[in-house]
Amino acid sequence: MINLERRKALKTGGGLGLLGLFTAVGLIQPGMAWATVEKRAFDAKSMKEALDALGVTAPESSEAIHLTVPEIAENGAVVPVTVASSLANTEQIYILVDKNPNALAASFSFPEGTESFVTTRVKMKETSSVFALVKAGGKFYSVSREVKVTAGGCGG
Amino acid sequence: MKIRASVKDGVTEVKVLMQHEMETGLRKDKDGKLVPAWHITEIKAQHNGKTVLEGQFGTAVSKNPYLVFHFKGGAPGEKVSVNWVDTTGDTRVDEAEIK
Repeated sequence: MINLERRKALKTGGGLGLLGLFTAVGLIQPGMAWATVEKRAFDAKSMKEALDALGVTAPESSEAIHLTVPEIAENGAVVPVTVASSLANTEQIYILVDKNPNALAASFSFPEGTESFVTTRVKMKETSSVFALVKAGGKFYSVSREVKVTAGGCGG
Repeated sequence: MKIRASVKDGVTEVKVLMQHEMETGLRKDKDGKLVPAWHITEIKAQHNGKTVLEGQFGTAVSKNPYLVFHFKGGAPGEKVSVNWVDTTGDTRVDEAEIK
């Protein structure tokens, strides 16, 4: 229910002005404000736009992030992705597909006690780099790997 | 939703398979009309009332989303629950016993 209200607010408010007001009167908790930042990132049409929305500029490459994807995906509708980070204080893992219509596919946050590891499956429109973006200790790091897609996953 | 949770050496592995179409809003039906976006936007997994994973999904998570994650602790017989919310505000929660 709460979520529905927030989406309505987003639709009608459409901007940070109304959101700020809601925050001020206590209707929206700080965590939810962060969620709206993510909503903008999910709506972004390109990698750069998505990173901008998340407030990320030039994330450092890190060997402490292990991104496992297939080299060739015969079915772009189901591409398995595993991300494991051994960076201290990993808070968040984002999965992005550079050439998808919306680059950001998923984000995960890891409370204390949860291993900074996740496996999921994503859709890929075409051959593209897949990025694992990791927020650790307030900083952003990333690695990428190319996945060759032989049949796109956004079929019409 | 199918949830399997098993504990080994103090770490619980959770595997989740959610049933959802995950429509991107970009796909056309056979009459050439766009099928409206309809996908899971948020997931939350809990163990003993404590959140062990939170996630947000965009349009690119595959149909019938699959997730695997690991958290420290958990004992056989304890419950793990997973909750999702989609773009229509629809929500579902299921739970499973740790083995």
